[in-house]
Amino acid sequence: MTALNHLTIAAALDGLAAKDFSAVELATAHVEAMEQAKALNAFITATPDRAIDQAKASDERRAKGEARPLDGIPLAIKDLFCTEGVLTTAASHILDGFVPRYESTVSANLWRDGAVMLGKANLDEFAMGSANITSYYGPVRNPWTRSDDAEAKLVPGGSSGGSATAVAARLALGATGTDTGGSIRQPASFTGIVGMKPTYGRCSRWGIVAFASSLDQAGPMTRTVRDAALMLTAMAGFDPKDSTSIDRPVPDFAAALSGDVRGLKVGIPKEYRVDGMPQAIEDLWARGRAWLEAAGAEVVDITLPHTQYALPTYYIVAPAEASSNLARYDGVRYGLRVPGNSLIEMYENTRGEGFGQEVKRRVMIGTYVLSAGYYDAYYLKAQKVRQLIRDDFDRAFEACDVILTPTAPSGAFALGDKQDDPVAMYLNDVFTVPANLAGLPGISVPAGLDAQGLPLGLQLIGRAFDEETVFRAAGVLEGAAGFDATPSLMV
Amino acid sequence: MSLDEATVARIAHLARIKLDPKDAPALAGDLSRILSFVEQLDAVDTSAVEPMTSPSPQALRWRTDQVSDGRIQDKVLANAPDRVDGFFAVPKVVE
Repeated sequence: MTALNHLTIAAALDGLAAKDFSAVELATAHVEAMEQAKALNAFITATPDRAIDQAKASDERRAKGEARPLDGIPLAIKDLFCTEGVLTTAASHILDGFVPRYESTVSANLWRDGAVMLGKANLDEFAMGSANITSYYGPVRNPWTRSDDAEAKLVPGGSSGGSATAVAARLALGATGTDTGGSIRQPASFTGIVGMKPTYGRCSRWGIVAFASSLDQAGPMTRTVRDAALMLTAMAGFDPKDSTSIDRPVPDFAAALSGDVRGLKVGIPKEYRVDGMPQAIEDLWARGRAWLEAAGAEVVDITLPHTQYALPTYYIVAPAEASSNLARYDGVRYGLRVPGNSLIEMYENTRGEGFGQEVKRRVMIGTYVLSAGYYDAYYLKAQKVRQLIRDDFDRAFEACDVILTPTAPSGAFALGDKQDDPVAMYLNDVFTVPANLAGLPGISVPAGLDAQGLPLGLQLIGRAFDEETVFRAAGVLEGAAGFDATPSLMV
Repeated sequence: MSLDEATVARIAHLARIKLDPKDAPALAGDLSRILSFVEQLDAVDTSAVEPMTSPSPQALRWRTDQVSDGRIQDKVLANAPDRVDGFFAVPKVVE
């Protein structure tokens, strides 16, 4: 029998229903795997006792015939989701000791549906980063290694790097992530798993530590497309506590996985062919196109003319919103306080010591672009270009139903690379940021390996609130790719 | 746009972040690089475009003007670094 921590969510639900094993056994297998994989640093806080308690309750429900949709499924929760009674850090020094007295809506939805919490996954500080190297709690290691240098420590991508490593290394059956500019999809690509960012408004942002409120969206990270569909069905839903939450029914996303893409129009945007992209990614993209064509889809060339402006737009809008959102960390209501002789000095000392370098850079860029005299030239300009980027997608979706692109311009790189120049790091998100700016759903599906034996993902972007088409096409892509490689540091 | 160290110090103060003077030159370089990068947007004609503030298709919802929460002072104060008599406590601001 497959080790319990190697199952998919779908298979684990079947096994639990058939009484092949109990939720306690399933949780225990994961708690042990987490113990063995501590060197990966995927978790900031492990919650083994809570996992076993929740698993016991799950087994009791199942025995009474009251099993819920995800009953007994052990998950990692990105440490950006507030969890009642459990330390929540956002991987920042400034939230030292913060224990929320409330539960985020998305995690509460998962517990409502019977899921079990294994712990709080590591991430880039305040979700700002693309390599999970900005965490106050240290970097996360990717469980994949290079074929020519197994000793080199690779990054898992970011910001949901702990979630990605936990799922890829078989420490959790699934994990929550959040995606502001690619923070679910890029680490999914780097670790060979599935990562889905739903439409803006699909999942409630309430109780998630805010980074950039007009871009942030929660989503699932899993080992299969079906598992992502199952998890998103539980996570999504209208929430009056988030003013941008959308009041519309949540489909049964797994039911959309018909395997049939005949007649589906798949757009290939010519602007996503960037200089210096490895040949392996070019080739994989061409294969993805051929796979969908062979399954009966129609491939059409499309244009998204403002693509090159997406990253510069993002690096004005996101820091501006972050500088406003992070104003709340002032040493008064929660977390770290560093004393000062006056109130202002206390604020400055607390924030100077509590924020890491990347967070300081972004808060200061945001402060600058919102400051008197620069607001129109930077912030207002970026908001206008953002509209043009969205108009590009609206026009493209007149000619196609879903867009196929690479997820990231490279595979996983080594810890220490790209650290001298913040802009070089930002280029990781060149293919993922546009979907955030336009508020569209996007998924990364593991589709192949590069020359170093590292996983690469393909991305599908869909129309707003049409996750079902995205899942349907992703399921076909997954089936054709037949990705079954596993990381060398898997437990 | 290239930022000098005095401007960086001014932004740090606006952002209420204490800046170690020895970090200022590197930070000025980083912020200047980021600003040069985002200034690519100057090439885009946006004269006929309205700014986009949210991807959400809906206007903000109205709700009934009634209390739906409250009497949770202990929870609100539970994580405060300092509190006195049921209030958040801060360094003296009025002489």
